[in-house]
Amino acid sequence: MTPMVEALIFILMAIAAIAGAVTVVMARNPVYSAMGLLGTLFSVAVLYVLQLAHMVAAVQVIVYAGAVLTLFLFVIMLIGVDKSEDRDEKLPGQRLVIAVLAGAVVLIAGGLTFFADFDWVPAASAPINPDLTNGTVQAVAEPLFTDWVLAFEATALLLTIAAAGAIALAHYRRRSQE
Amino acid sequence: MIDPGLYMALAAVLFTIGALGLLVRRNALVMFMCIELMLNAVNLTLISAGRALNDINGQVAVFFILVVAAAEVVVGLAIIVSIFRLKSTASVDELSELRG
Repeated sequence: MTPMVEALIFILMAIAAIAGAVTVVMARNPVYSAMGLLGTLFSVAVLYVLQLAHMVAAVQVIVYAGAVLTLFLFVIMLIGVDKSEDRDEKLPGQRLVIAVLAGAVVLIAGGLTFFADFDWVPAASAPINPDLTNGTVQAVAEPLFTDWVLAFEATALLLTIAAAGAIALAHYRRRSQE
Repeated sequence: MIDPGLYMALAAVLFTIGALGLLVRRNALVMFMCIELMLNAVNLTLISAGRALNDINGQVAVFFILVVAAAEVVVGLAIIVSIFRLKSTASVDELSELRG
């Protein structure tokens, strides 16, 4: 891939990710917020691929866009999309002030990070070698099942507990009514 | 190759938007999506830092964060649904049961 194509993809996906994030925050309807989140998740997945994190990008699309976002949409439909959020202003003009302040904070955060000097502490001398971080399934699975196997088992336990907890929460009201 | 600092700047912007949304919105579901936004920004920094440091473990960390985020969403949404069944609202302004 030529550097220009890479830069073009980065710019397009950065714009899409920021637009999606702004949609999440600004949209009145939670369904639009969810769609904005979907756009951001896909854009970030493309940025993962751009950095050769193929396996993580696939997991991002499958787990986030496939499972988590579907769950969000289910709950939005369950709770009802027609209930509009309470939008009265307790102080006059607070929305305008917060919009200006928020824009300033976003610009400052991005600018500070952009102009910060990223001397990558020990590796500043070593040039970036993409072959070392080519995130194929094999490359990610090797440390996952050797160095981090305990953490892997712990997350398996966590997922089991989360599933049991969700079921317990779903049955809570019914039991208390009996 | 794009400088990792650019990815860091994008992640900082995404994180800030998510944090601001968490502070500004009152709908519990939208606040939850803002948390997901911040988690994604952090994942992006981990991937970029892993590439900059020539370390595959950055991607392993992102994998774990994805799993924990999935578990968090499952429990969080279950809590929101049970609160909604109790109070018929998803607005965090009207939830004050824990007030002393």
